[in-house]
Amino acid sequence: MIELWIEGVGIYAPGLVGWEQAASVLAGRQAYVPSEPPRLAPALLPADVRRRTTDHIRLAVEVAGEAVRHAQVDAAALWSVFATSESDGAISHYICEEVAKAVPEVSPTRFHNSVTNAPAGYWCMAVRSQAPSTSLSGFDASFSAGLIEAGVQVGAERCSVLLVAHDAPFPEPLHSVRPMSALFGAALVLAPARSARSLARLVVTIEPTPRALSRLPDGGLDGLRTGNPAARILPLLAALARGEAAELFLPYVHSQALRVNVQPFEESKPAQK
Amino acid sequence: MTPLVLTTFTAMNALGRGTAAVLEALTAARTGLKPCTFEGVRLETHAGEVAGLDDLRVCERLAEFDCRNNRLAELALEQDGFAARVAQARVQYGPRRIAVILGTSTSGILETEHAYQQRDPQTGALPAGYRFATTHNLYASTDFVRRYLGLEGPAAMVSTACSSSAKAFASAWRLIAQGLCDAAVVGGVDSLCRNTLYGFASLDLVGREPCRPCDAQRGGISIGEAAGFALLERPERAGTHSGVALLGYGESSDAYHMSTPHPEGAGAALAMQRALACAALAPAAIDYINMHGTASQVNDSMEDRAITTVFGTHTACSSTKGWTGHALGAAGITEAVISALCIQQGLMPGCLNTRTIDPSFTSKVLLTNQSGDVRRVLSNSFGFGGSNCSLIFGAHP
Repeated sequence: MIELWIEGVGIYAPGLVGWEQAASVLAGRQAYVPSEPPRLAPALLPADVRRRTTDHIRLAVEVAGEAVRHAQVDAAALWSVFATSESDGAISHYICEEVAKAVPEVSPTRFHNSVTNAPAGYWCMAVRSQAPSTSLSGFDASFSAGLIEAGVQVGAERCSVLLVAHDAPFPEPLHSVRPMSALFGAALVLAPARSARSLARLVVTIEPTPRALSRLPDGGLDGLRTGNPAARILPLLAALARGEAAELFLPYVHSQALRVNVQPFEESKPAQK
Repeated sequence: MTPLVLTTFTAMNALGRGTAAVLEALTAARTGLKPCTFEGVRLETHAGEVAGLDDLRVCERLAEFDCRNNRLAELALEQDGFAARVAQARVQYGPRRIAVILGTSTSGILETEHAYQQRDPQTGALPAGYRFATTHNLYASTDFVRRYLGLEGPAAMVSTACSSSAKAFASAWRLIAQGLCDAAVVGGVDSLCRNTLYGFASLDLVGREPCRPCDAQRGGISIGEAAGFALLERPERAGTHSGVALLGYGESSDAYHMSTPHPEGAGAALAMQRALACAALAPAAIDYINMHGTASQVNDSMEDRAITTVFGTHTACSSTKGWTGHALGAAGITEAVISALCIQQGLMPGCLNTRTIDPSFTSKVLLTNQSGDVRRVLSNSFGFGGSNCSLIFGAHP
């Protein structure tokens, strides 16, 4: 059994930009309108660094930054888990196109940005963190795989962990073989014990029997949930936003499910500035 | 931390199939690196290629997973009786109580490279036979291995560049410690592809000759491919085992640069110090350090400084990448297996292909193979993005 306390949330997707606005939508106080989000330009990345990064990297840093600001904790002290189904699709496409040529000339910057842990690398540099960081994939269950990894880190190492789930659509021709409806990023700061900062308690177990997975009542939001692997977090965020205790079933590997019990301490409020 | 035994382990790489072949090449000081002729790549370099993978296919029941990466994985699983031993553990614990945590950097991207060479001239579409989810996707080889072995416990693919399959050990230890499973198959697989050959070349990190770790004239890395696996269990439940245990792990981030390590090795030193603390060992307790030692100018200098900082100048150390090349996401497991062989055999390999140790180095780098009492080995893996992992293995009765 994994027991965690959520201290901060970050989110970035069409129509869900920042936790304050997203919580209002997920709690049903505001209609979901999947409007194009603003250009990603996380403040944590200086302009010259940002210029060399891709949306995949900026998305992860953006939501990580928001979650940490929300939690009001020392970013550098956090262990981190970056969960992504795919590494950078734009760069994969670029490199595969380039190496198909007779005389390939791969950009060195784009090559080092192609590693799955590039977002983690930029995050650690931005906040000057020497804490351990892992990046992992579980295909469509990447969020759950990340939650399990973050959970055992919190339990075994007694540390607070930043969990980031992020994925972005591929350009063609890869998009047709791995469609994603939109980009989606979310982050949680997870702690080993309750504190004044805690927003909710989470208990996570791997379910022994097949379960119907939790869905969102709004068709548009549920389409986002199934359209991007990282968006499988949405039922958890919805329970948090509504301030209602919930038992959720999220997809895990091998067609299994995670049982996630969410116990919010109060209806989610925006971070105190 | 409570040690976990490596009940059994196996490796496949340029030195051959299985631990006997790897050990034979180590003791004979025979490199597996050859001039790189992989798929007509136009680079003057040496590579640690595994022979014969083009002619093989994965087993029929998992045919949709067929790609170089998964062929390498399947071949490795069948060496050293590994798959058979896992089958026994599966009966003992149940399939849901054995995790599969692997590491990779490029997964089956070679399939995508091939597909890009066959795009529809009108639409640019990839050929109809191309399968993304079971080859290119990062998780594909973990999915393949867990299906091949019939395991249903917690699973993930760690992808942190060159530290991937070392970090898999740490992840597995935590899963067992927290009771989510009773045993774990850890390891990794990475195979040759244009992405990494041309990519590392673009960073001027690839050398022409077989790599010479720690050499005064070292000219860069030799890329290799490899697969390796270990079954981790608590000693009291393992039955007969290899006599080697995981004693500790340490992880850190450089927070310095995406493709260049911190010059003083601050992150690397931190990973080694954390591993020692985790294992509750003093530096003097380590008999031999298997370095990351890629033969790049910057890594080897940095690592020498970091080792000297933590261990001083008397701990024997070397890199074995002169034998296998740099297997990237599979480097961690490849060198974990080599570390385990060193403990079993009382062997401390020298730096193969190396002629003169860099005179600026202060740690005790071995040039030739040594024999002796090797009870505890520390193995380093340092990856792009500043991802560092050190593992400590030890003799366990």
